Amino acid sequence: MILSFDIIILIFLIVAAVIALNVKDLLSSAMIYGIYGFLICLLWAEMGAVDVAFTEATVGAGVSTVLFIATILNTRRRSSD
Amino acid sequence: MSPKIFASIAVVITGIVLLYGISDFPTFGDPRSPANSGVEGGAPSTSLYYINESYGVTKVPNLVTSVLADYRGYDTMFETVVVLAAGMAIFAILRSTTKDDETVAGPARKSSIDGDHNRIIVGMTCRLAVPVVQIFALYVVAHGHYSPGGGFQGGVMLGASFILIALAGNLDDALGRFSEKSYMALASLGIIIYAGFGVVPQVLGKNFLDFGVLQKILLTDGPEMARSHSMLGVEIGVALTVMSIMFAIFANLSSRGTLKGGL
Amino acid sequence: MVDFLLNTVKPHFNFWVYVILMMIGLWSLIAKNNLIKKMMGLAIFQTAIILFYVSLGVKDGATIPVLESYGDYAEKAEKAEPAGPEVAPPDATPAPVVVNPADTYANPVPHVLMLTAIVVGVATLGVALALCEMIYKEFDTLEEDELLRKIKALHDDA
Repeated sequence: MILSFDIIILIFLIVAAVIALNVKDLLSSAMIYGIYGFLICLLWAEMGAVDVAFTEATVGAGVSTVLFIATILNTRRRSSD
Repeated sequence: MSPKIFASIAVVITGIVLLYGISDFPTFGDPRSPANSGVEGGAPSTSLYYINESYGVTKVPNLVTSVLADYRGYDTMFETVVVLAAGMAIFAILRSTTKDDETVAGPARKSSIDGDHNRIIVGMTCRLAVPVVQIFALYVVAHGHYSPGGGFQGGVMLGASFILIALAGNLDDALGRFSEKSYMALASLGIIIYAGFGVVPQVLGKNFLDFGVLQKILLTDGPEMARSHSMLGVEIGVALTVMSIMFAIFANLSSRGTLKGGL
Repeated sequence: MVDFLLNTVKPHFNFWVYVILMMIGLWSLIAKNNLIKKMMGLAIFQTAIILFYVSLGVKDGATIPVLESYGDYAEKAEKAEPAGPEVAPPDATPAPVVVNPADTYANPVPHVLMLTAIVVGVATLGVALALCEMIYKEFDTLEEDELLRKIKALHDDA
């Protein structure tokens, strides 16, 4: 565990979460959610939880982003907020 | 009251209460915290038992795998069942086989992996990448005892390789290689493998998921190696279910349940 | 202010961020209008909980929970020094367990609990997105206010 690295990633995490929820274009929102997933994967690798990081890298940054994109392309891309 | 004001009030109050509670938490990274070494004067934490003893009992160096597949076998089994149930829920919600949905899915595109010249680069890259991804996924499943990895990660990666085929070409390419019939069958087979590893010890007169007794069947040196090998079997079952359900979720979501055309 | 940050926030920074992320997720669940945004908020809420659990299992100077030496190498490792720096108990109260090699490995139990939760989380996220697609098919919108208006109009017609 490296505390400075930890703090930097956590701050980026909050920024990514806020941006992902506030972008009006849902497709970019989904991509920023993928960035969020990858950041949290880095955080877990740094905290020593390698198995969780591995799972998050495949699931959070990979599959769930793809699922979001699949849904968005089949519905509407614009969001009102 | 508009929902935004209401949400802000609720969130601020909840947040302040939670942040107040955090002041009583152990310091971040403290090896003496109750979660890491047990309460003072009480029993030591279970994690110490896992770290100190589990290798001698299961012969698996990756503590996460040994706790996941052996000590907490029930938990993992029913988490896998939840994944299967989620796949069946999506099947029940979205899947439609009526004819008029074909117009909704749009005109069928030519398969790109199998020779659409407009997307030859994407198709070729996908052709090259998929076997590598799948072999690495199999390595992750099989090597989960000794390195980070295991059934869940490897299963998701195997599912992602089929999703890659579906994204690079269209869904028919992927379904030609992994049809609906086979993924539903494999998802159930994974659960059956896992439950089978639980039922066999029961037949032999021990508890459900008590892998040590399998040494008579697996012909290992002792109950430790039997537990280690049974964990590999269990992980394979998990990987089959997770792979199938991940692909099933994507296939149904991307084609609105028609399984035609895709994105 | 600097004092507060250094003494109160810094030792518990992970837990502060866990609360902040959880509240961001909760806020978006209540206040966001778009159903996909709500689902994203739910996913962020879930990662916040996982962050909390994993933070509980962190030990200073510990390595990943995979044994460094096993089998034939275990004997050699017993003679060698433990890998991580030795952490002395901060106070004089007798700890229930002595400083031991277990402190060189991170706590595996939260990792196990959360590993399955992530995979189940994405499966249930898939169910939620499938429901969103069905709602879109039925009502041709994913905005909550429009949905409520359309459902109300349906009820008024009936």
